[in-house]
Amino acid sequence: MGSVEYNDMELMICVASRVFEDGASVSVGTGVPCAAVMLAQKLYAPNLLITFEAGSVAPLLPTMPLSVGDSTTMRKAIQTSSTCEAMEMLQRGLIDYCFLGGAQIDMYGNINSTVIGNYEKPNVRFPGSGGANDFASMSWRTIVVTPQSPRRFTNNIDFITTPGYLNGSGAREKAGLPKNTGPYKIITNMAVMDFDEDTKKMRVESVHPGYSLNDVKKNTGFELLVRDDLKETKPPTKDELDILRNEVDPFNAVIGRRAE
Amino acid sequence: MESVGELLGFKNPDDMRDYFRQKSKKMESKTTTMKEAVGLIKEKDYLAVGGFGLVRIPMAFLHEILKAKIKGLTCAAFTSNLDTDILAAGGVFDKTDVSYAVAFEALGIPKMIRRYFETGSIQTTEWSNGALGWRYKAAAMGLSFLPIRSMLGTDTQLRSAAKEMVCPFSGMKYLAVPALYPDVAVIHVHAADIYGNAYIKGVLIADSDIAKASKKVIITTERIVPTEFFRNNPEKTTIPFYLVDAVVESPFGSYPANMPYEYFLDVEHLRAILDASKDETTFNKFLEENIYNCADFYDYIDKNGGLRRIEKLKKIEREMVGGYNG
Repeated sequence: MGSVEYNDMELMICVASRVFEDGASVSVGTGVPCAAVMLAQKLYAPNLLITFEAGSVAPLLPTMPLSVGDSTTMRKAIQTSSTCEAMEMLQRGLIDYCFLGGAQIDMYGNINSTVIGNYEKPNVRFPGSGGANDFASMSWRTIVVTPQSPRRFTNNIDFITTPGYLNGSGAREKAGLPKNTGPYKIITNMAVMDFDEDTKKMRVESVHPGYSLNDVKKNTGFELLVRDDLKETKPPTKDELDILRNEVDPFNAVIGRRAE
Repeated sequence: MESVGELLGFKNPDDMRDYFRQKSKKMESKTTTMKEAVGLIKEKDYLAVGGFGLVRIPMAFLHEILKAKIKGLTCAAFTSNLDTDILAAGGVFDKTDVSYAVAFEALGIPKMIRRYFETGSIQTTEWSNGALGWRYKAAAMGLSFLPIRSMLGTDTQLRSAAKEMVCPFSGMKYLAVPALYPDVAVIHVHAADIYGNAYIKGVLIADSDIAKASKKVIITTERIVPTEFFRNNPEKTTIPFYLVDAVVESPFGSYPANMPYEYFLDVEHLRAILDASKDETTFNKFLEENIYNCADFYDYIDKNGGLRRIEKLKKIEREMVGGYNG
């Protein structure tokens, strides 16, 4: 199969869609995470159980929702419950994956989506936790999709909105968070990263075609570990791109945006 | 970790028992006008708004709050955006419990609204959506707190007013989130009778708990229906009459936000709000034209496409999830 043209946004979504096994459950927000989950459901995991924090359970999504509570998320849903019920599914251990974005992320996978600068008088105010903190505290595995840049990947994050491994091994358990949970994969436009089992530090697992390990390192504000069996990521397939473009995001709501 | 955020909206459950004891449980008509319903809000009150930011929000009521020039409230920015953004634009509140605010989710960020949060003119206590949902639930249960397992170890915890606790049975560490008893709640619904029995179709978000937790509850409704609707379908009573203080008929009252099964969100108008909020002059002009100088909510809808626009949004909704059929 010859080379297939794709942009960074499409690349991230296609790579992210391959994470889920059929029959897994996921809590998801709007934007890139939602596109990846929809693609996964159409291609790899038809039995993926999708839940939204406004209360919708197992919908058949027609196209990308604009809000995690809008009618799109209720189309042919099995149940429309409440925010507390959605969060209690997480608290009881029923949700395998959650899927997040974020403004800043550090080497332990902690995420900032609250403020840049001083808390009381910030330079930039972001929306805050939303459901992200609950998702990443209580789902078994957290997946983050965000473009790779030194500004985003930094150890000087101004605010930990959402917990990664906090300050390293054992910190989540000490803080009182549920056992055996935490960041699982970080997917960017350049690479896929996981976390070292002992130190809980971010580690490059595979580099996307067209990028080098050096590109990834140059676009990260902290020192990255690298897996001994570092691989090249499988590029988006024609199938993935066709379904993404024609069925998941036909109006270019997400894939038309720049990954920056 | 000791949290440093200000505790807002907390009340003693015994005081709330006294309050709820004297509240009328009679089936009596509570229909009123938007203006009179807004009059139920008193100085320094804690206001809770139902819905999910761009979904099933009481926009017509929020416009009326702005016109009444109410200031100094505290409010919950829970799963919020357009709702609290409009209140922020009117300078209605200066303190907030915030779990999600400002951004119109996937659509973008209204820059002028963000400025209110950046200049320190709004004082914030930080939470997650789950935490605020459970704060309402604790109040709905008549308690003073609930133990939860999120927010722990983060700056979200630090800037909240939650407290760590040890479970007396398991010895596990929990985060205790304080009950949130709003003074006034306003919730937009699909159908209500004159007594305040109310039906919400689709996702509930936290509205059932908010109605139980609040001292006064105002229902704005797409339509008034006969009580027989509830007597014949008691499972559809999302909010029962004895919680409710006022009922206002408010067709298309969630516009330009989505009303599930009725009309989809008006992307075009929401983008116009985002555009208008780029600078202060344009934004103030927008507010004058679309809120302060509108005789009523129909006037606002007329200015933005009127019946033609509404019919288009109803068609999108019908094709997506089917229309409202009770």
